[in-house]
Amino acid sequence: MNRFLLPAGVFVLLVVVLFVGIQRAPQKTVIPSALIGKPAPAFTLPVLGSADEFDSASLRGQWYLLNVWGTWCPECRNEHDMLLEIARTDVLPMVGLNWKDDDASALEWLRVLGDPYDVTAADREGRVAIDWGVYGAPETFLVNDLGVVVYKHVGPMTPEIWAREFLARLPKASADRSNVQASGADTSGAAIAIGAGS
Amino acid sequence: MSATRFRRVSVRWLSMLCVSLLLFSLMPPAAQAIDPIELSDPALQQRYRDLSHELRCMQCQNQSIADSPVGLAGDLRREVRELLEAGKSDAEIREHMRERYGDFILFRPQWSARNAWLWVTPLLLLLLGVVVAWRVIRQRVALEVTDQFVAEDSRERRADQ
Repeated sequence: MNRFLLPAGVFVLLVVVLFVGIQRAPQKTVIPSALIGKPAPAFTLPVLGSADEFDSASLRGQWYLLNVWGTWCPECRNEHDMLLEIARTDVLPMVGLNWKDDDASALEWLRVLGDPYDVTAADREGRVAIDWGVYGAPETFLVNDLGVVVYKHVGPMTPEIWAREFLARLPKASADRSNVQASGADTSGAAIAIGAGS
Repeated sequence: MSATRFRRVSVRWLSMLCVSLLLFSLMPPAAQAIDPIELSDPALQQRYRDLSHELRCMQCQNQSIADSPVGLAGDLRREVRELLEAGKSDAEIREHMRERYGDFILFRPQWSARNAWLWVTPLLLLLLGVVVAWRVIRQRVALEVTDQFVAEDSRERRADQ
């Protein structure tokens, strides 16, 4: 009997390891960003629909959101209303990175659906997207006041993700500001305020 | 009679199969159809080909950027090309990609604290196997010495010879 104990133990261990592996498999389809905790890559790009240039250095000293999108990306359409919702709370500046898109279609998109961005940079050749390690739109980066990438979300923005991963990381002052602006006197929480609006 | 004929026929079929498999393996990889760009310097072209086969297409994940037709793979190939032409070494280019996309973009993982277990586990398993084998062998050897019957039997056999 004793001689079967070790093989049986090894078998049970293997089952546990494989089970945990399978349980965690869905999370592994999202590849963590290599940029977390690193300085956000600097860039200068033309402003969409204008002759001006946008320099990322102009955002130094403040928290901002960088959202990578394109009119060719169906999930970007799905998250657009949520982005408008976030823009309405005015918590932090939102930069749009229009990735490998046609300027005319992108401008039309913003005109028809509404423009959540404070500025939209046109990355027509996709070079800035590579520097940011972008592999599939939509992607949303959170950059802090020191210019360091704090978080990246791959896939459409949802009220839950916005509250859990973004608002929770923001300094308290600006997160509270979002409470007041999103829901007036109600201070029951930014997550609820934004979730209810969308 | 028919058995030998059957054998001859199957040998012929087998050799034909082998030859056709060999011919298939000699065919140029499909990457050329996706990526028709040739660099002017043949040495650079070879390095470009090797590197683009070593980098993962982040969108399709099981293909290299050399084999993938998606837009991002094309952009990454352009990046590799430009870095090569700027005189960067293979290691520098791999690091350039790793800084942006993480270890995942490299098909050949590199040594780091986080993936050390990847390299150490096979060695540990090998060591474990050696220990188990050694113990089993020692047990067998010990058996032969203590087992009176076997010992006598082998002594008798030796005497017979």
